[in-house]
Amino acid sequence: MEEEKIMNRVQDIFRDVLDEESLTLKRDTTANDVDGWDSLTHIQLIVAIEKRFKVKFSSKEILSWKNVGELLDSLCSKLNV
Amino acid sequence: MISNFSTLQKNLKKDTSLMPTIKAALLGDTATQFLATALKGTAIERGFNIDLFEADYNQVERQLLDPDSDLYTFDPEYIIVFQSTHKLLSAFNNLPPEQQHTLADERIEFVKTIAAMVKSRLIYFNYPEIDDTVFGNYANKTERSFTYQVRKLNLMLMECSVANTNLFINDIASIQNKMGRDAMFHPAVYIGSEMVLSLDAIPYVTASALDVISALHGKFKKCLILDLDNTLWGGVVGDDGYEKLELGHELGIGKAFTEFQQWVLKLKNRGIIIAVCSKNNEETAKEPFLKHPEMVLKLDDIAVFIANWENKADNIRRIQSILNIGYDSMVFLDDNPFERNIVRENLPEVMVPELPEDPAEYLEYLYSLNLFETAAFSNADAERTRQYQVDAERVATQINFTNEADFLKSLNMKSEVRPFNSFNTPRVSQLSQRSNQFNLRTIRYTVADIEKLSRDPRFQNFSFTLTDKFGDNGLICVVILEKKDKKTLFIDTWLMSCRILKRGMEHFTLNTIVDYAKRDGFENIVGEYIPTAKNSMVQDHYSRLGFVPSNENGRHLFVLDVADYQKKECYITTV
Repeated sequence: MEEEKIMNRVQDIFRDVLDEESLTLKRDTTANDVDGWDSLTHIQLIVAIEKRFKVKFSSKEILSWKNVGELLDSLCSKLNV
Repeated sequence: MISNFSTLQKNLKKDTSLMPTIKAALLGDTATQFLATALKGTAIERGFNIDLFEADYNQVERQLLDPDSDLYTFDPEYIIVFQSTHKLLSAFNNLPPEQQHTLADERIEFVKTIAAMVKSRLIYFNYPEIDDTVFGNYANKTERSFTYQVRKLNLMLMECSVANTNLFINDIASIQNKMGRDAMFHPAVYIGSEMVLSLDAIPYVTASALDVISALHGKFKKCLILDLDNTLWGGVVGDDGYEKLELGHELGIGKAFTEFQQWVLKLKNRGIIIAVCSKNNEETAKEPFLKHPEMVLKLDDIAVFIANWENKADNIRRIQSILNIGYDSMVFLDDNPFERNIVRENLPEVMVPELPEDPAEYLEYLYSLNLFETAAFSNADAERTRQYQVDAERVATQINFTNEADFLKSLNMKSEVRPFNSFNTPRVSQLSQRSNQFNLRTIRYTVADIEKLSRDPRFQNFSFTLTDKFGDNGLICVVILEKKDKKTLFIDTWLMSCRILKRGMEHFTLNTIVDYAKRDGFENIVGEYIPTAKNSMVQDHYSRLGFVPSNENGRHLFVLDVADYQKKECYITTV
């Protein structure tokens, strides 16, 4: 699965969890750029991504991402992309 | 059957303006925001709008022990307290080793204190186990282990709940038993967020809390309706013959059906009404009950037995008309998806679980649904099946009398009138929670409320039993009178069991009320009707009895002049 496809699926998850149909993610998108992406919805996003891709993030990873790109890199490395 | 978290969250956008509002407070020693969201979302699915007070993080003790706290200012009906096993473990870890064996005692003292302090109903979460394995299996052999303390605490919580009528346990330890700890707890999320319940577990936890609340509000299941072939036994009795049915430990998967029947029998003994609804000839359908040695359920256990070739929705309507209970208090179990769908489409209020294909899975699946939550239990519950069978006999007798008065006279009815006392309090409270149809104001009272009322000189209370030649109906009517002033009695509560309708019990009850009023010099009796979705049968109750309507501020009030009252005719005598 190439990165772009993964990005699209992650974007779908964001749209669903944050209930924001038109939300567009870029690698440099941060929580500050997105309405509703707070520490609580962050957990919902992680759990949803873990379920969708059948992966598990470590507690450090969960706390360390500064933007969508870093999240995506963590995810891709787990998926061997 | 249980919605996931994001569905619950979306429920919050629904219009709840027509739903009754419950004021509740949620206090926790870990992050409870998700729990709060799910609690509100689950309540909406159950038809309640929760007005929720959320305390700031980790304010359990402060809010509960300070009588001037925001919590008490908010004055909730329910206080929901979630003290986590994690925080209990860290308290344990911080104790000097020689004091660690006092952990459970200390915590239970706190629970006893708050149970005595709060006037609301307290819903307290018990403790799912964390096995720190410090002692291994030896933990069972020493009070010093955390496992020992947690199990002891959970047992003491049950004892405390038995002793405190306003304390209800949300049994989340059972939820962990069913889900498994690894599904209940997400370590990486916990470390980053202080959340001790996984997003997957939260909907089950809030469903369980709402089970308790719904039952306290009179929403619970009273009747289990069963299909027979491949539901209660393996095989088709009409085709295979009763001897060839799979039942018991010898034949095929018979064990699955035997264990299922044992569960049904326990429900019957607890007071759930068991009915049969089967597509069969009646005689064929009854044969296994009479002749098969491995049948756990006997015909005596079945309150209403319907076997014919008509459609099941119509048959359930017949069962409903005999039992006189709401469709929403019925559960229908059938292995056949077609029959399930017919019932769902025609009677959407009846709960129709999606029984698994393999009968081996029936029980574990049914356990997961927690269908039969209750808010009270008394010995009278166990008698219920017999009472409904007696009702069926009585209906048969009635057909032979052309004149209602002759029929009523022939019943030889007797009623015992008593104030509330320690013997009848559990039943009085239970009736106040169960009765939906013949209930003028639908005020629900717990055992603690009833105890309080019976000591309050401003109130006069009556309970009524009814026996007749067919048997004892038990305590079937409750009246609570409030002495508004020297001249006026207000009927705070008048409720009756629907089983004894059309027996003249209303007349007997009103005669009793008026006798009391005359004796103590009251001049007026005021009744009120508060409409609910279910009590339209009593909207003209007071008018029929000769009360004069007097609507005030939109309230449906009715006044009876004691001096003018003519004793109503009835065929019930006082014991």
